[in-house]
Amino acid sequence: MKEQSQNKKTPNYSGVLAVKVDDLTVAYNYKPVLWDIDLEIPEGVLMAIVGPNGAGKSTLIKSILGILKPIAGSVSIYGKPYNKQRKLVAYVPQKGSVDWDFPTTALDVVMMGTYGSLGWIKRPKQKEKKAALEALEKVGMLAFKSRQISQLSGGQQQRIFLARALVQNASIYFMDEPFQGVDATTEIAIINILKELRKAGKTVIVVHHDLQTVPEYFDWVTFLNVKKIATGPVKDIFNDDNLTKTYGINYKVSIQE
Amino acid sequence: MDITEYFKLVFSDYTLRTITLGTAILGAVTGMLGSFAVLRKQSLLGDAISHAALPGIAIAFLITGAKDTNTLLIGALVSGLIGTFWIRGIITKTHLKSDTALGLILSLFFGFGMLLLTFIQKQPNANQAGLDKYLFGQAATLVESDVWLMAIVTGVCLLVLLLFWKEFKILLFDADYTKTLGFNTKFIDVLITSFIVLAIVLGLQTVGVVLMSAMLLAPAAAARQWTNSLSTMVFLAAVFGAFSGVFGTAISASQNNLSTGPVIVLVAAVFVVFSFIFSPSRGLLFKQIRFIKNRRDLELHKTLSFMYHIAETHENTSHPHAIKLLNNFQGFTKKTLQKLVEKNYATIDGSKWSLTDLGFKTAKNLYNKQETKNE
Repeated sequence: MKEQSQNKKTPNYSGVLAVKVDDLTVAYNYKPVLWDIDLEIPEGVLMAIVGPNGAGKSTLIKSILGILKPIAGSVSIYGKPYNKQRKLVAYVPQKGSVDWDFPTTALDVVMMGTYGSLGWIKRPKQKEKKAALEALEKVGMLAFKSRQISQLSGGQQQRIFLARALVQNASIYFMDEPFQGVDATTEIAIINILKELRKAGKTVIVVHHDLQTVPEYFDWVTFLNVKKIATGPVKDIFNDDNLTKTYGINYKVSIQE
Repeated sequence: MDITEYFKLVFSDYTLRTITLGTAILGAVTGMLGSFAVLRKQSLLGDAISHAALPGIAIAFLITGAKDTNTLLIGALVSGLIGTFWIRGIITKTHLKSDTALGLILSLFFGFGMLLLTFIQKQPNANQAGLDKYLFGQAATLVESDVWLMAIVTGVCLLVLLLFWKEFKILLFDADYTKTLGFNTKFIDVLITSFIVLAIVLGLQTVGVVLMSAMLLAPAAAARQWTNSLSTMVFLAAVFGAFSGVFGTAISASQNNLSTGPVIVLVAAVFVVFSFIFSPSRGLLFKQIRFIKNRRDLELHKTLSFMYHIAETHENTSHPHAIKLLNNFQGFTKKTLQKLVEKNYATIDGSKWSLTDLGFKTAKNLYNKQETKNE
């Protein structure tokens, strides 16, 4: 298995590890969904996690975030355990994971991003509202702030989720298929925001399905299929060899540079 | 006694006032908490909890041998809670779906409860008569201390809702995300579920095991139709619940021999049906009206644009054309043409029609708009 040393090759990266996963094993029933994953994600990358259906991509993110309890292994965020670093991390779940008929508005959902820093019982105030409005503006949804969320299109709902994570002002963003079911305009809008985040020194980790766009959108990639196949800079490891190893068939992707 | 007499008496008659207050408070607190159950898609949880409470009532009676309401309700509370946490356990530990777990616990506990009730009835203890009122409820047995207990629980519940409002809301909407923000989702979940169990147990005496879940669901389902805000929904559900209680008591008190619990539930059902039909944004009636109106408008616009294309071919755009020509267009009816005339978009002269200036301009703009949209 090809292992890349992530720091020296690309000058942009500070060499600091944003996320470190050691020996992570997760099982839903008896069959492991993730087996012995070691992963080091350097600070400041825009990384895609790719792999076939059932490869454990969402599971990997959920286990890193403590939503799922792993059987074994540990996760550290900037060298400390996750539960001490929560404020550094923001999560964008799959759009389909919630009921969009919930009685609430777009602004209200984005405000939820401030709940973590508020802590128990304290109510959001003007300051939190201002931050939420700013985030809505960033994703181009300010005009829809009072809209009931069921009346938003799929792309707009995705932007609302993105805005909710932006409000958290985190250092590391985990996103579960943010491009799923969105139109081309939204996809471009989202990727521009992700690139902006990277420019601001943030680390962005995205579960991604469209292999064609990996070289265009991302600079780092992890191939996953229950086990980790490879991880490193896109330009070094995004090749037919790794794709075939991950997807099990002779997968050819023309990489345009 | 008729209804007007009831409303006169309710302020002076002690028993009537107690019962009315009790059912109103009960309706309010179950409506409030029911909103959370409905939004969590745990509508059946209320049914399972109320049925699970029955063996607790029976066992409490067997142990103490007395029919003290509070003792029996503590028994109900304990077995209701046990049932609830078994349901949670079944869902998380096995691969059974939640409806299976709910149904299983519901019938298991209810069966056991019925068994105990028949066992108690066979006993020589004269005290046992009337335990079966917990099956269908008997509002007439409410006394002032029961109402006080309900009021205190409702007050505490209100306080907890206000304090943890943001936590409840985010847990209902997106539990996984809530976890990543560092909230103890288990604690929030147990808190809200415990209050639901408490409210149900409090209602058993009045509405009974069998119908209790309707008190939880009906006001919430009705309230959801009128608003897109969680706080308004909870508030409306409380109001609907309280009114169901009051009207239900009024109707049952004014029509002799009508059991209060079922009447309250039926009144709540009237709220639901009314809301399903008449709510402006989600109601069936207005939805249908909007649907028909949109169709008509579209039909009209399509006819107009078809006429526009014919009129366009002629130098003089208001040159008359045969009505027959329009028959080639599928959406055309005499009625639509009449409507266009009414709107001053076209004129009819015998078997000929012609577009007016206004009609031509409107059609042109319509066409342009669609064209730019298509781009």
